[in-house]
Parts: sequence; C-alpha cells; structure tokens
Amino acid sequence: MSSWVQYLIAAAALAWGLRVQADPLPVHLRDTGLSDPRKLSFSPQYPLWSDGARKRRWIYLPPGTAIDASRPDAWEFPAGTRLWKEFSLGGPVETRFIERLPDSTWRYATYIWNEEGTDATLAPPDGIAALPTRDGYSIPSEPDCRACHESAAVPVLGFSALQLSSDRDPLAPHADARSEIDLDGLLARGLIRNLPPGATRPRIEGSSTVERAALGYLHGNCGHCHNDTEARVPVDLTLAESVVDGSASSDRVLRSLLKVRSRFLERVSSRNPQRQMPPLGTRLVDVAALALIERWIAEKSSTPEESKP
Amino acid sequence: MNRLKQTCVWPVTGMLMLGAITLATEPVRAADGDAARIARGKYLVTTSACNDCHTPWHVGPAGPEPDMSRMLSGHPQSMVIAQPAKLPPGPWALAGAPTNTAWSGAWGVSFTANLTPDPETGLGKWTQATFMQAIRTGRHMGRGRQILPPMPFAMYRNFTDEDLGAIYAYLRSIPPIKNRVPEPLPPGATTVAAEK
Repeated sequence: MSSWVQYLIAAAALAWGLRVQADPLPVHLRDTGLSDPRKLSFSPQYPLWSDGARKRRWIYLPPGTAIDASRPDAWEFPAGTRLWKEFSLGGPVETRFIERLPDSTWRYATYIWNEEGTDATLAPPDGIAALPTRDGYSIPSEPDCRACHESAAVPVLGFSALQLSSDRDPLAPHADARSEIDLDGLLARGLIRNLPPGATRPRIEGSSTVERAALGYLHGNCGHCHNDTEARVPVDLTLAESVVDGSASSDRVLRSLLKVRSRFLERVSSRNPQRQMPPLGTRLVDVAALALIERWIAEKSSTPEESKP
Repeated sequence: MNRLKQTCVWPVTGMLMLGAITLATEPVRAADGDAARIARGKYLVTTSACNDCHTPWHVGPAGPEPDMSRMLSGHPQSMVIAQPAKLPPGPWALAGAPTNTAWSGAWGVSFTANLTPDPETGLGKWTQATFMQAIRTGRHMGRGRQILPPMPFAMYRNFTDEDLGAIYAYLRSIPPIKNRVPEPLPPGATTVAAEK
C-alpha cells in the first residue's frame, strides 16, 4: 500500500476519532439526561442483592434506535444508550450511570446524593470506601464497575430477555411484582429487533418453583462473572442462564453448582472480605436468598458432590 | 498490444509475488514477535522482583536464595500456616515466612500466588485480559477479593498494556508447577486455615 493512501486512512481515522470523542461526564446527575420524559422505568425479575437498598432503574434509547436482540443473551445496545440505577436507604444515596458512547465503548459513573436529597454530584473515579454520613456505605470505583459489568457478554446486566420476561417469577427474592416496561412492552414499541421467536417469553424451566427462583437468583447475582463467555472469571462454575433455545438452560447451571455446593454455601454465607461472594457491593448476607438456595440444594442432595481439591 | 500486456501483467505478477513473500514470512515474523514479547516479559519479571515473593526461598550453598526448581509457583502448599503471627512489642507491623511467600500483618495472612501456567492451581485458565484486570484493579482475578499486601500492584498497575501483555506471555511460557496456594487468612483466624 502506498504511503499516501496510508496517510489518507490515518487522517480519516483521526477525524472520526475526534468526531466521536465524548464530552466529559457531567458534574451533576441532573445533566445526564435523567429528566428526559422518554426514559423508561424497568425492574429486573432477578435483582442484584444490595444489602436491602431500594432501587429504581431507568433506560434511555436515542429516538429512532432499537436494541438488536439477534443474540438473545447479549443484546446489542445502540450508541447513546443510557441507564441509571438509584439506591435508596430511606432517601436516595447514590445513582449509578452507564452510557454507551459513539465509539461503542461504555463508561461508568456514580453520583452521590446530598443529605437533603436535592442534588447528586459525580463521585471520584476511585470511589469512596465509606461514606461518613451513611454509616460506612461504600461507593464503587470505576474499575469496580467494570469488574462486574465487563465480565458478562454485554455490560448491561439487568435489562435482558430473561430479566424482563413477561413470564415473571413470583418467588424471585426482593423483586418488584412487575416492571413498568417489560419484554412484551419493548417489542410492542419496536424497541427490540430481531429477537428470535423462541425467546419472547423466556423462563427458567426448573423442576420446582423453588429451583426456578434459586437458579434465577444465581443468574442475577452471580452469572455476570460466572458464565461461559470469554470475559468470565477463570473458575469452572457457570451460574448464568441462557435463553438461546427458548428456555433457560438450568440443567447446565445445576450440574456446575452442585459439584461445589459446600464451598459455594460457605462463600455466600460469609462477609469476610477475603472470602465472601459476591466479592463486591455487599456487606450483609442475603438471608432470604440463602434460605431459598439451601432449600433448593437440599432438594437436590442426592446429586454427588466432587471432592474438595 | 504486447507492451500493453507487459504493462498489465508485470505489476500484477509483482503484487502476487510480493503477496506470496509476505504470506511465507508471516509465521516467521509472528514467531519472532512472540519470542521478543516473551523475552521482554522475562526481563520485566526478573527486574521487577517477582521472584522475590512468588518463588519460595531456601537456603542454598551461598545462603538464602529463590529455589528456582519451584520458580514462581507461590507459597508451597506443604507449608501449612494456621494463624497470623504474634508480633513482638515494638514498632513491628509485618512478619514473613522463611520462604518469603507468606506474610502476616493487620490484614491477616497473605500467600503469594502460583504464577505458573498450571491449569488447576496456577494461571493456566487466566486470559491476558484477566491478568491485566487483576493488576489494574488490585482484585484477585480482576474482579474478586482485594489483592493483599505486600503485593505492590499499585506500582505494577503503571505498566503499559504492552508490558503487562509481555509479562503474561512470559508467564505462559514457563514450566507449569502444580501447587495449590491456600486462601488468605483473616486477622485472628484459625478455623479457615484448619480446613485447608
């Protein structure tokens, strides 16, 4: 290739890079677009345990765009997608923000609310280990956001076919009874495209209602790291469900977990920072979920466990 | 006509030959590139004190030295440590095992990791992305518990992506050693150690 052609390509790439460069993150939450009336409120059926904090979530899709769901476990979100999650303990404490940039990368930020609940400002990228006004509540660092969100097939964790299925699990711990916008609603509005016909009402086909809820909890709380994608944590444990064949693949998850159930229960029952699971974002054991999982494992106790290495 | 043929044919022939030469030399260049990357990684590992803690020390003919027959295999699983050290009175904050692979302090006891490519006990299942995330975030496997003192990840996170990739490539090239390093012990713990 002649050098002038290379220069031309380099110049075009530079111009493109300059064009798509994102603005810096706003200092105030109110400037992130949260007040846009076109944003949609949603609630995953298997929410992440956050030590009992009440959470509200919203998504904004740029007008005229839609999510490509041709890979039903890894939706492709358009550039300009924004998501917010507000954490409340009596009043709002923090609102986390994810945005897909024009170059297709994602950025993450946290906004901390003042005590009056009137304004939220950008947290430092290193996070805050313990908020003095909130009994040691910790704000995640930007790398910690990436640690969880970028271990999955797609960084948006609670907005997926299974999480928004209209066939909602009534036994899912800590879940809202319904989502303001669900999969049916998204399809009706044309905001989801190319979703395979078999994945329009996904559900975990557990052998009992307890198994369905337990597997769903594991999907929502563990599956973003313990999955079978390239980005997963290098541990032989798959706890993420798949809706590729129209129903979630609980058998695979079941086989993976039951082999290590003692170690698993010890870890999820611990809040020793060096041993606990999940390792981030929680200081309190989820007692209700632990009881559910123990009940389910007791149901399956006839399955042999691998010896401890 | 002949001149036209020559005009068209020679550049095409030349491009085909150039393409053939390029294709033929590509694997050689790739191998050279890998060798250079591994050599760079070896240089960084051996100048950045990795062997000081990740290779168990023993007393050799010339005194204490890293036991290179166990190079970078981390704290030996045969050396069981059940509880943190009791420090003597004075301004002491840290105690180390004679292997230089176990460290007791305010955080409990930390054990240096097996960095060899053994798939069950070392980094064999780690991708380059996992390795880089671990150094960048200071978290085990890039997203687990905090990596504990005295691992100076806050310094190592300043390596460039290229250098971390070279270190990863070198660590993939060394002999795998099966050695299951125990989990860290929390302050004052004894029961967790007894399990291991």
